[in-house]
Amino acid sequence: MTTEQRARSISVHLVLIAYSLLAVGPILLVVMNSFKVRSAIFGSPLAPPDTSTFSLIGYEKVFRSSHILLYYSNSLIVTLVSMALVLLFGAMAAWALTEYRFRGSTVLALFLSIGIMVPIRLGSVAILNMMRSAGLNDTLTALVLVYVAQGLPMSIFILSEFIQQIPKDLRDAARCDGVPEIRIFFEVVAPLLRPAIATVAVFTIVPIWNDLWFPLILTSSDSTHTVTLGVQQFLGQYITDWNSVLAALSMAILPVVVIYVILSRQLIAGLTSGAVK
Amino acid sequence: MANLRIEQLNKRYGATTVLNDVNLSIEDGEFVVLVGPSGCGKSTLLRMIAGLDGASGGDIHIAGKLVNTLAPAERGIAMVFQSYALYPHMNVRKNMTFGLKFTGVPPTERERRVAEAARMLRLEELLERYPRDLSGGQRQRVAIGRAIVREPEVFLFDEPLSNLDAALRVSTRVEIANLHRLLKSTIVYVTHDQVEAMTLADRIVVMNKGRIEQVGKPLDLYYEPANLFVAGFIGSPAMNFFEAKVESIEGGRARVTGAAFRGLDVAAASLSVGDTLTVGVRPEHLVRGEAGAFAAEGIVELVERLGEASFAYLRRVDGRMFVAEVRGRQTPAPGETVTLVAASPDVHIFDASGLRVATGTR
Ligand SMILES: Nc1ncnc2c1ncn2[C@@H]1O[C@H](COP(=O)(O)OP(=O)(O)O)[C@@H](O)[C@H]1O
Ligand SMILES: [Mg+2]
Repeated sequence: MTTEQRARSISVHLVLIAYSLLAVGPILLVVMNSFKVRSAIFGSPLAPPDTSTFSLIGYEKVFRSSHILLYYSNSLIVTLVSMALVLLFGAMAAWALTEYRFRGSTVLALFLSIGIMVPIRLGSVAILNMMRSAGLNDTLTALVLVYVAQGLPMSIFILSEFIQQIPKDLRDAARCDGVPEIRIFFEVVAPLLRPAIATVAVFTIVPIWNDLWFPLILTSSDSTHTVTLGVQQFLGQYITDWNSVLAALSMAILPVVVIYVILSRQLIAGLTSGAVK
Repeated sequence: MANLRIEQLNKRYGATTVLNDVNLSIEDGEFVVLVGPSGCGKSTLLRMIAGLDGASGGDIHIAGKLVNTLAPAERGIAMVFQSYALYPHMNVRKNMTFGLKFTGVPPTERERRVAEAARMLRLEELLERYPRDLSGGQRQRVAIGRAIVREPEVFLFDEPLSNLDAALRVSTRVEIANLHRLLKSTIVYVTHDQVEAMTLADRIVVMNKGRIEQVGKPLDLYYEPANLFVAGFIGSPAMNFFEAKVESIEGGRARVTGAAFRGLDVAAASLSVGDTLTVGVRPEHLVRGEAGAFAAEGIVELVERLGEASFAYLRRVDGRMFVAEVRGRQTPAPGETVTLVAASPDVHIFDASGLRVATGTR
């Protein structure tokens, strides 16, 4: 390595380290402080907990005074069901739009790409009315429906790109073999889409899990609250129970991190597969 | 096993015509090779036989049955792709049996067919491997195995050897020929390589720009090409062409002259005085000498030595080049002026529209 290369490499790493600190810092801060007593949170917010400041009071309060486990399971149900539907319908739609030419296929593709550009929140009022009249107000189903609609356009867009990279000969070979179209999709195409599906899964899950807006307007009773909404009850207008807020937030972060760790290898393969042939 | 009949087949993509009135009849058990330059529509024709692409017009019959509207799997065909198209996430055994599940072949029968194909193609050791762990030649054999287990009426091959290195290409070529002898099935085989075509085919179909130029036995195409395109395409190095004119006709013999060769007498047949012709002679039919029906002179510019034979590139008097094969150890030196002659059966005459003129020399 020449000095010039070394200098380049060091500067690139400095930038990446700085970016990582910026991204991870707040999360680390939240998790760290959730294990401290209230006075230490404000006294020395940047210090890790030590023997004198360590406390689980936040977690105790969260479990005692709220239905955190219920919120948790609500969030999990909504996120996982939405993800499964987005992936299933997204992959099927992407396959249909890239593989078959049918009347209106171009219009349909265009319509779906509009969904990428127009934020779904613009339709909040209409969605609320629709859910009301459909009797789905204050149900998890309403959330799932909204999130599927929100996630589909992008997932179709990404998966179409990946499907186009699967050699055409493979589908033709399967057709010559007499494999029915639906089985070609599920047994030849879908297994080859695994990295892409992992990528789309992460991109779908994170915004759903973190969403506060739609739970706020579509759910009202405690039994349908999600984690992000449940945390709000510790944020008061006059007093905020920071111990509980930080503890609940830490717990809310956990599943996303776990899913990311599980999918990260596939995710990286998915992100780079277009770049390196 | 079955015969194959193609009638007035057309394929258009928008305004571009890819196949133009293709008519072809293939006998039961025949090995037919479609050959032609890249982009002439060979793959398209094969895919239409397979049912992967629809026709813009015309009929395809397999085993006497009109198959225009049948799906690929219902046509009794199996196709081997240039890219092999093995399912990457299935091992060799699964690659071969996957399709059989859907065509109602019972499991024991599937196993029997796989075992037999594996024995025939020396794949027994590889059955549990995945495509990524196979060499190019092995993948090729798996692709052929996958076609064999379907026990099709017609095998379709699309440039199956073009991804192999030269040595493997030769040995796989021999294997495919053996396979045809063993299975006695109808095979339609696409290649742009004329050596493959000549060595494998019972009959060759030469295609150009979406049309069939000539159909015939390999040596018939070589010795009696129907037109300039086939004459130039079959044979390597390509046939030499010389512009010529009919100077006079006398007593049933036509005197053909041109700027770059000495006058030539051929049977007059359908020729008339003043006709513009092209005279063709293959490099391997030219020998050094003075006496011959055809004689041309040139200055040697370059000699390619291949061992048994060498190719001399000569500049003609009209400034263009021609090639002659020289056998043995004595090769002409660059700069030398050489006269090359050919016997009259080896001289091909084509008329102004490029069609072969029967001059009764063969
Ligand atoms: N889907 C398509 N749309 C337009 N043109 C096509 C399409 N597929 C093939 N062609 C054209 O048809 C011609 C023949 O292609 P192909 O059969 O693949 O040639 P070959 O196999 O002889 O090299 C080519 O000129 C190609 O550009
Ligand atoms: Mg081709």
